[in-house]
Amino acid sequence: MELKQMLKITDLHATVGEADPKPILKGLSLEVQAGEVHAIMGPNGAGKSTLANVLGGKPGYDVTSGSVEFMGQDLFDLDPHERAATGLFLGFQYPVEIPGVSNVQFLREALNAQRKFRGEEPLSGGEFLKLAKEKAALLKMDMEMLKRQVNVGFSGGEKKRAEMVQMGILDPKFAVLDETDSGLDIDALRIVGEGINSIMRAPDKGVLLITHYQRLLDVVKPDKVSILADGRIVQTGGPELALRLEDEGYDAVMA
Amino acid sequence: MTQIATLPTRRDEAWRYADIDAVERLGLAGISEWQDIAVPAGETKRTCMVVGGDAPEVTRIRMSVGDGGRAEVFATSAGDDYTRLEIEVTLGKGAHFEFGGVTIGGGDATREFVTQTVHAQPDATSNQIVRSVHWGTAAGNFLGEIKVARHAQKTDAAQDFKGLLLEAGASANAVPQLEIFADDVKCAHGATVGQLDEAARFYMAARGLSPEMARRLLVQAFIGDAFVELEDEESREKLLEAALSKLEGKL
Ligand SMILES: Nc1ncnc2c1ncn2[C@@H]1O[C@H](COP(=O)(O)OP(=O)(O)O)[C@@H](O)[C@H]1O
Ligand SMILES: [Mg+2]
Repeated sequence: MELKQMLKITDLHATVGEADPKPILKGLSLEVQAGEVHAIMGPNGAGKSTLANVLGGKPGYDVTSGSVEFMGQDLFDLDPHERAATGLFLGFQYPVEIPGVSNVQFLREALNAQRKFRGEEPLSGGEFLKLAKEKAALLKMDMEMLKRQVNVGFSGGEKKRAEMVQMGILDPKFAVLDETDSGLDIDALRIVGEGINSIMRAPDKGVLLITHYQRLLDVVKPDKVSILADGRIVQTGGPELALRLEDEGYDAVMA
Repeated sequence: MTQIATLPTRRDEAWRYADIDAVERLGLAGISEWQDIAVPAGETKRTCMVVGGDAPEVTRIRMSVGDGGRAEVFATSAGDDYTRLEIEVTLGKGAHFEFGGVTIGGGDATREFVTQTVHAQPDATSNQIVRSVHWGTAAGNFLGEIKVARHAQKTDAAQDFKGLLLEAGASANAVPQLEIFADDVKCAHGATVGQLDEAARFYMAARGLSPEMARRLLVQAFIGDAFVELEDEESREKLLEAALSKLEGKL
């Protein structure tokens, strides 16, 4: 089978902070093919969230050199909402609360905005609710939660589970998931991991899975594992690399 | 209650943030008309209005609410020139005054609500919620005066103001003024002014909402507080739409 490239990051340099820009990504290169789950692991402060934020287009991050090709397009030609409509989903390490806006309203407007951008018909209220119910059930989330305000009053674990419900509803081509496993207990971790598998495991989809822990990788079995340290990918291997990290720690493996 | 014999100036407390040039353009005749509304004892009267247009506009309402009555006023102020809605309300025993107001818009217009709530008898309550959303060099003001008579015990009066400034040149002012002669009284007031939540905007963009759509949703959530007590859905939609359509003219 011929591999189809979804994401190609080449020698990416990026800084954070407006007044006093600090270099964080220092020549990062990485490729993800269609059908692949690529795990990114690395020490705290290595630049994992920075990578996710740069891919999503978060204000405050500056790309100083390098390129990112996403589904055949120059990612940096697209505004953040256009990246989403093109198929990019960013799972937040810290999902944001939006008081006064319900999940249902937020996600319906978001989904229909994406569909409009792609030249598709909007979903009716009824069609949307049916879809939302199905995805909530997949993540074992009570539909009542989706009627509440976005992430307001949700526990850390509920927020992460809600992120996955959002991902299910929006049905992206490519997901960048930033520590989606943090703050989850064992049962929730399994539900979230299986959710990722059922939503994103497909020949035409890809995942960049940022995590610290093997326990998520036991459920979402990665095809490749890379270590990100000091703003670069320093090592790439198969699932066994994650197991070695778990046993020996970053210092030993990177030495 | 005094009739104005000369035009107000900035030295008059209730006009200190007014656009005095606009007031002069209106002249005495343009600001001297009062609408009187009487709410009989035990009854409820609701007034919903969209105020403001291309020219300066001053609307003045005087209400008296009989014992156990309830007066409700909900307003969206979205004109392109000086717009002032002034309400004087006198509450009987156990009466209630509910006010929900939104000022919204850009340009250089001043949009203001000025209320005087007189708790003349015991046990009356009042609740006022104002939300101001501005850009350009526009200003939104809420001057809320509460007067509690000496024997008006168990008065409960609340005012809540929040301003949302979409651009640095805009401003929002809340001036609560209390004149309390009774001792068993609850008067609460809160005022905050802020900007759109950047983290929320990026989160919404990451889910596919354009900056305009994200802004509209956030503003809708922000101003919604002013109309939560408005039970008639159709009126609420109208007031919200009058406010939100103002955003469409903004780049
Ligand atoms: N907004 C910011 N302003 C300044 N420094 C930041 C900002 N965000 C992240 N950093 C710094 O960038 C580095 C990488 O952070 P991050 O990408 O969050 O790491 P990781 O997710 O791998 O733990 C850290 O040193 C962090 O302190
Ligand atoms: Mg991180």
